[in-house]
Amino acid sequence: MNSEILFFLLSAMIIVFSILTVTSRRILRAAVYLLFVLVSTAGLYFMLNYNFLAAVQLTVYAGGIIVLIIFSILLTSHISERAQMAGRYQGLMSALAVVAGATLTLITIISYSFPAKSVVESPSDVKAIGRALVSYNENGYALPFEVVSILLLAAMIGAIIVARKENKAVKGLKK
Amino acid sequence: MTGTIPLQYFLIISTLMFFTGIYGFLTRKNLITMLMSIELILNSVNINFVAFNRYLYPENLHGHFFSLIVIAVAAAEAAVAIAIIINIYRNFRSIDVDKVDEMKF
Repeated sequence: MNSEILFFLLSAMIIVFSILTVTSRRILRAAVYLLFVLVSTAGLYFMLNYNFLAAVQLTVYAGGIIVLIIFSILLTSHISERAQMAGRYQGLMSALAVVAGATLTLITIISYSFPAKSVVESPSDVKAIGRALVSYNENGYALPFEVVSILLLAAMIGAIIVARKENKAVKGLKK
Repeated sequence: MTGTIPLQYFLIISTLMFFTGIYGFLTRKNLITMLMSIELILNSVNINFVAFNRYLYPENLHGHFFSLIVIAVAAAEAAVAIAIIINIYRNFRSIDVDKVDEMKF
């Protein structure tokens, strides 16, 4: 009973704040609403007993990406600036497409009967997760782990190179 | 803790979140808010993976690791996108998609 109340609270927060994220005209507020959505999602992961994933969600998403987004908002727009939205026609058409897609997906989800398996309440311990991340037998994830670390390294170097101030030769070319 | 909550509820939440993200992506004009809509979409996909893993295959951890990798990819994507956005701002003094049209043919 208690967990149901918690679940409905978290899901209501997720839905309300997602809608506020995409409709708020102040960009900084939209970023803070997105932070609330991500924190409530971490709460859902905690409810599902995936504690490590919830911690990663809190640190990487809510801690890292949101800070990055807020910094770039402060770099590129004024605090009092109101965001431009699409015109009325385009907004109406997007809403129509989104409602149609959502209805289709929801009907499919509700009409499909998933096999009711009893959920084992086994806590996912961090030791098993760490072993699986670096082992290379059939239940190991060493290859995706290494690929993702290379991807992160490449993305960080690429981001530094792209965001660096240009030198004079390029500036002359731009003129 | 998820005693009586059916799997469908998680899927419904993630569907609503996904389509909210798509709506934002279609109607926003600021590049950063479009990026935030993409984060919403990725996050809803993560909820799906985790819920399927917990309810249908609780003995494995495949969905768990898939969500971890999606989070890492989202971080990389946000970093590169924000670098590009800052560069666009330097060149155009604006990050509205309507005003960035130099490559338009």
